[in-house]
Amino acid sequence: MRRFLPVLLLFFWIENVHAQDANAPESFQIGLSTNRVAISSDFSGADLTIFGALDNADQVLARQGRYDIVVVLEGPARPVTVRKKTRVLGVWINTQSQSFTSVPMSYAVATTRPMQDITQPVMYQRLALGSENIFMRAVEEEQQRNPEKVAEFTAALRQQKRATGLYNERIGGVQFLSPSLFRATLSLAPNVPVGTHRARAFLFRNGVFVKETSAQLTIVKAGLEQRIYRTAQDNGLLFGLAAVLLAIITGWLGRMIFKRD
Amino acid sequence: MGIYLPIAELSVNMLVILGMGWAVGFLSGMFGVGGGFLITPLLIFYNIPPAIAVATGANQVVASSVSGVLAHVKKGTLDFKLGTVLLTGGIFGSTIGVFVFSLLRNVGQLDLVVSLLYVGLLGTVGGLMLMESVRAWRRAAGGQAPSLRKPGQHNWIHRLPLKMRFRTSKLFVSVIPVIGLGAGIGFLASIMGVGGGFIMVPALIYLLKVPTNVVIGTSLFQIIFVAAYTTIVHAATNQTVDIVLAFLLMVGGVAGAQYGAKAGQRLRGEQLRALLALMVLMVAGRLAVDLFVPPASPYSLATMGGL
Repeated sequence: MRRFLPVLLLFFWIENVHAQDANAPESFQIGLSTNRVAISSDFSGADLTIFGALDNADQVLARQGRYDIVVVLEGPARPVTVRKKTRVLGVWINTQSQSFTSVPMSYAVATTRPMQDITQPVMYQRLALGSENIFMRAVEEEQQRNPEKVAEFTAALRQQKRATGLYNERIGGVQFLSPSLFRATLSLAPNVPVGTHRARAFLFRNGVFVKETSAQLTIVKAGLEQRIYRTAQDNGLLFGLAAVLLAIITGWLGRMIFKRD
Repeated sequence: MGIYLPIAELSVNMLVILGMGWAVGFLSGMFGVGGGFLITPLLIFYNIPPAIAVATGANQVVASSVSGVLAHVKKGTLDFKLGTVLLTGGIFGSTIGVFVFSLLRNVGQLDLVVSLLYVGLLGTVGGLMLMESVRAWRRAAGGQAPSLRKPGQHNWIHRLPLKMRFRTSKLFVSVIPVIGLGAGIGFLASIMGVGGGFIMVPALIYLLKVPTNVVIGTSLFQIIFVAAYTTIVHAATNQTVDIVLAFLLMVGGVAGAQYGAKAGQRLRGEQLRALLALMVLMVAGRLAVDLFVPPASPYSLATMGGL
């Protein structure tokens, strides 16, 4: 079940009395009315909608559709180890591994057009924009000793993240509702990580990067799920005792209900 | 009907999990085993991360063992003293097991070791049980009375020091093999997420010569404590017990066990053992296939500081 998580808009209308500044006249903002999204017990992925405003745009260019917007939602970064299986005596065993110190857990992209039509690959690289270009820091000494291996495992890491839907791309996910108002729809994977996510929007004019704006969003588990998760993390011993107690009661009740001797 | 598992951090179909619990409960009621050795592989086949499948399996074993042991307490077919000595060893073995489990998980070999242990142990136990039950079946068909316990016959185990008397089991043996057996099974229990009944029962019968009628009750009694201890230690050190998943399995399991027990009464002992052996071998075979078939992708990710 895919649902819409309505994240209401909150406009930051920037008063711009000095109209038409030659270099960067556009004011560009995204806003979230809520900075918390809760994952409930029936969560199986969802769409997240972010609204934004583009003001003082060049009307001629806007009409021609020469403005492009890329919105990304970047999940919290964590250390990741990529392992590779090879065949040893007929059995598939993890034999090689490469650790990365900081990798975004999720990375959802929405764009107005296919990414290659918006601007040059060099530009994306410079902005570290797109799942191909996010910087993944490998463990330092390994990077120097064996760059080919790091490159291979980096590619595998991106591939795995895309395969599980944690890194995804939505072409046409950003739509202009009016010349100054746009809406970005991003996909949250069913296993989207909890934590602080950063929404970033990039504005391009005629294939040239103009400006970037960002907002923060926290994804949490809803009420009961969050409490279970936090107890397990913070108070493992108590959690284990509760799990055992639950098992004893369930087993005993089962016996009482289905008495057969 | 989807339900989000807070620890495994994924959504599963609630009815599938309940059904899985029911089916395993049915079989465990029929054969008088805890069912942990079926639950953990089934969860792994259903894409639950092995670390969580193992710890949650241990939790479900507590429920099914509590349910099963009550009948034995009532009938008096339970040797508390023997069970207590076994579980002393079990707690010790389980502590080492959980430590080894964390170690294996950190070096990325947990899945492999869990699979290898399952294939090896289930294959061996299943094979031996199948041979034994077929032989018993033939003997029964030939009109001979099967006897597992041969009085007066002593093996090396009975020459060890530190002997102790177990009245209910009519045994006078050294505590060394008893504690050793408990420790070995406790170790396996924490790595494989099983109660260890499928090893404990034959070991008690064939190695220690415990009378068959007290074996299952005693085994279940000590499994409750070892599985409970394993659950708590896993929860405290690895945070891998998913209480929602465990609860669904338990509910399905205790219900299924009652029907299984009724079905079991209609079958003869050696027929039951042959069926159980076939099932054990099937699980082992399925896991073995996974070891040898090329994986969809040779790469896998492990996130530190999370799951």
